[in-house]
Amino acid sequence: MLTVTNLSKTFNPGTINEKKALQNVSLHLEAGDFAAIVGSNGAGKSTLFNAIAGNFFADEGRILLDGRDITFEKEHRRSRQIGRLFQDPLRGTAPHMTIEENMALAWLRASKVGSGFSCITAKERALFREKLARLGLGLEDRMKQPVGLLSGGQRQALTLLMATLVTPKLLLLDEHTAALDPATAEKVLALTKEIVAERRITCLMITHNMQSALELGNRTLMMDHGRIVLDVGGAERAKMTVEDLLDAFRENAGRAMNNDRILLSTVE
Amino acid sequence: MTAMLLQSAVEQGFIYALVALALYLSYRVLDIADLTTDGTFVLGSAVSAVVAAAGHPALGLVLAFAAGGAAGFVTAFLHTRMKVQAILAGIITMTGLYTINLWTMGNRADLPLLKVDTVFTWAAGVFGAQWNKLILAALITVGVGVLLALFLKTQLGLSIRATGDNRDMVSASSIDPAFTITVGLCIANGCTALSGGVLAQYQMSSSMSLGTGVVVIGLASLIIGEMFTRRGGVWRGVIAAIVGSIVYRVLMVFALRTSANPSNLKLISAVIVAVAISWPALSGWVRLTKRKLAARGKEEV
Repeated sequence: MLTVTNLSKTFNPGTINEKKALQNVSLHLEAGDFAAIVGSNGAGKSTLFNAIAGNFFADEGRILLDGRDITFEKEHRRSRQIGRLFQDPLRGTAPHMTIEENMALAWLRASKVGSGFSCITAKERALFREKLARLGLGLEDRMKQPVGLLSGGQRQALTLLMATLVTPKLLLLDEHTAALDPATAEKVLALTKEIVAERRITCLMITHNMQSALELGNRTLMMDHGRIVLDVGGAERAKMTVEDLLDAFRENAGRAMNNDRILLSTVE
Repeated sequence: MTAMLLQSAVEQGFIYALVALALYLSYRVLDIADLTTDGTFVLGSAVSAVVAAAGHPALGLVLAFAAGGAAGFVTAFLHTRMKVQAILAGIITMTGLYTINLWTMGNRADLPLLKVDTVFTWAAGVFGAQWNKLILAALITVGVGVLLALFLKTQLGLSIRATGDNRDMVSASSIDPAFTITVGLCIANGCTALSGGVLAQYQMSSSMSLGTGVVVIGLASLIIGEMFTRRGGVWRGVIAAIVGSIVYRVLMVFALRTSANPSNLKLISAVIVAVAISWPALSGWVRLTKRKLAARGKEEV
């Protein structure tokens, strides 16, 4: 479904702030794959998501989604087929517009070009209502209220619903439960699992929770210094424990620290 | 006498309300301070006057709207494609428009319309000479306001509103923000130019000085209107723009009757806008100071 080949991105090249955020990243996801990504801060997880979603164009490499080359497609074109959730629950919805209007914006992905002057129809309203009811948050009775009145958890659940309203070919989850309280986070995560499983959505999820990195989905990836350093699935993953994953994590982080020490000693 | 003054104030209120509607769209909905406005207003009045002088007053209004849309397009192009900051993009376009406006009026600072048929002379034939101006101005403005509100409920309108509300979300919802900003600024400047165009035919002249401070007056009107309607949905915004503009003009009549110099009004408008926009910061400061004083009082006890 998603094929990333030799993707590289360097920020501020040639300056003192040069940062090789992605170095020759290659990744292939089959349709229906659900991969969790772990890695320390600055490992390049979010940069990889930004590159796939089209926030910037990569310096080198190719991105294919469902066989179509999207390497040079703009963000808003890609987002017709890529749903994305951020850590910040406020980023995915328009606060001064009503729940219904936000849903209508998400529904635009399904609309044909040239239907810009049509309004929300009764049929669409009924569809939104039915989808909202499934969240079990009572939002279906508040469709005329501005989204700004909702709590962070409610907004993130709504964002999830909006990102999957038209089934995307790829869903990018960037620590989407990290800013929520434990109970709400669990609820949103359960909802995520339900929707992803039900519609067999190909999904990439960044997490800092080693436990869920091993339990969720069918693959676990680890990134470090702009590279994918671990990619396990199947039987190998099944017998992996949190301790194993932490060891691998420390090994990578340790190497990074050693590199820093070498750097410092040469400066001396 | 007073009734006549009041009537002309309401007439002008309706005409200038088109600017307030434009600013509702650019400033409130899109969250862009569009300084093209001052230039676009004169452009609209110049185009409308020239075409009316040639014998086509209604066409003059249509062309004024189109010319304004073109000016808005230039600002939007500079901002979205060339990455010029929105305010600077507006100033650049406005500066360029000064020359274009002079050209349009045949290199004259004033263009009087003597013995020329305007849309208001036509309206006099339908509604009578007493109320023709008021009725026509109200029809145009309310018509544009209703169209604007309905437009903002369509898919494209929703996309434009979302662009101003949460730009991150917009590009993640398959909407191109560059496109929605362009459409929004074209419509906003079209409305501003239409306002200038109607005014030129209303007062039977166009002048280079008409545009000075129009953006601030329009904002002041919108803010005054919002005191009545409170901020909220699209309909409230549209009503705020129209009501606010009429109230502003009526206030101006009273200010003039108390023999204040008309040129003071620009300062008053500037103060209204400055205070209204800094209101949240001011009231926050007042609340904090009160709490500080209260806390100090308790310590002493």
